[in-house]
Amino acid sequence: MAIKLFGAVGSTATLRVKACLAEKGLEYEFVNVDMSKQEHKSPEFLSRNPFGQVPAFEDGDLKLFESRAITQYLAHTYTDKGTDLIIKDPKQMAILAVWIEVESQKFEPASSKLAWELAYKPMFGMTTDEAVVEENEKKLEQVLDVYESRLSESKYLGGESFTLTDLHHLPNIKYLMGTQTKKVFDARPHVSAWAADILSRPAWVKATTT
Amino acid sequence: MAIKVYGSDFSIGTYRVLLCLAEKDIDFELVTVHLASGEHKKPHILARNPFGQIPAFEDGDIKLFESRAIAQYISRTYADKGTCLINMDPKKAALEAVWIEVEAHHFNRATTALMWELCMKQFLFGQNGDEDIVNAEEKKLVSVLDVYEARLSESKYLGGDSFSLADLSHAPMIKHLMGTEMKRVFDAQPHVSAWVADILSRPACVKVFGVPVY
Repeated sequence: MAIKLFGAVGSTATLRVKACLAEKGLEYEFVNVDMSKQEHKSPEFLSRNPFGQVPAFEDGDLKLFESRAITQYLAHTYTDKGTDLIIKDPKQMAILAVWIEVESQKFEPASSKLAWELAYKPMFGMTTDEAVVEENEKKLEQVLDVYESRLSESKYLGGESFTLTDLHHLPNIKYLMGTQTKKVFDARPHVSAWAADILSRPAWVKATTT
Repeated sequence: MAIKVYGSDFSIGTYRVLLCLAEKDIDFELVTVHLASGEHKKPHILARNPFGQIPAFEDGDIKLFESRAIAQYISRTYADKGTCLINMDPKKAALEAVWIEVEAHHFNRATTALMWELCMKQFLFGQNGDEDIVNAEEKKLVSVLDVYEARLSESKYLGGDSFSLADLSHAPMIKHLMGTEMKRVFDAQPHVSAWVADILSRPACVKVFGVPVY
């Protein structure tokens, strides 16, 4: 199969790419990288991602890493398949690009730290650092205040339709909704409605259950 | 003037946008935002960037924030002007996008604290950086640059054979850190060192920052 995704089942970055592949209705081979056996640090995997992180990706002879570079490649390349994840109009695409960066630079740092402390650490029998949780919940609240305002004037973050920027949020939101941080989303009506909407998309359900 | 950049000195993001405009030889108006007086948190700037940060940008009726998004907008919209910053071949552009993400995540995380400790603290408060923090952060930077050294030993630029947004995106932070004790970290890796010298001596970089003094 031309498209291969090298990832780990619980990894948020791997899920980000799986979500994109599902929205596009693309067939691919999933190659499991066994992180418990340090496979992500093996020379073979490092040749695919020199930072030793999942996921890595190939489409024919094109080899990529960094989940958001992979999703952007898929969104720009397979424009005629499945959901349109980018916007053709250049002005609207420019606005979409802004909110792709917002997820990457504002939402990701706080949400990934919280997911690690509250979702992953308990899974591995590690102790949650409450100070880190408190600090990052405050940061997340500030970010989601901006989102609340944005989503009160725009149905989705990038504009009136679901696009790549909304998709990029899905993995971290999924994990946080199973923790105490759910309350931060619930406290903001537009954010809460948006989160419920994107989490219920058939492609996301498929990505998280297969 | 149609294009306006709202920014400030010592703002990596502002420089990222200015470099892009210089590579494209595009006229613009720079509107200085006075960080010291908290102007970036005032309503007229929050209206342009709801996170109260610089830079903010406008091109006619298009209003944007987040320097990397602005840089991509400039690169795509003015593709036919000046330096080509995003490869026309989609597969090559995809490889450039990988290293744009590497800068946004790995490089950014390994350098932001160093910028604060070694540049901003001096500029704002006349203070030296915290030695323990600098030592810890330096290790992160060395680790990231090990990957860059390997990449640049097989590729002239990060994204491929040609200079692109992937390289440009790094220039402002590198420029600032080369003026600090971190210079030796970049100098220690031969391919990284050569790449740094190359990107900082580009006419657009000289136009924005002046001639490198080392």
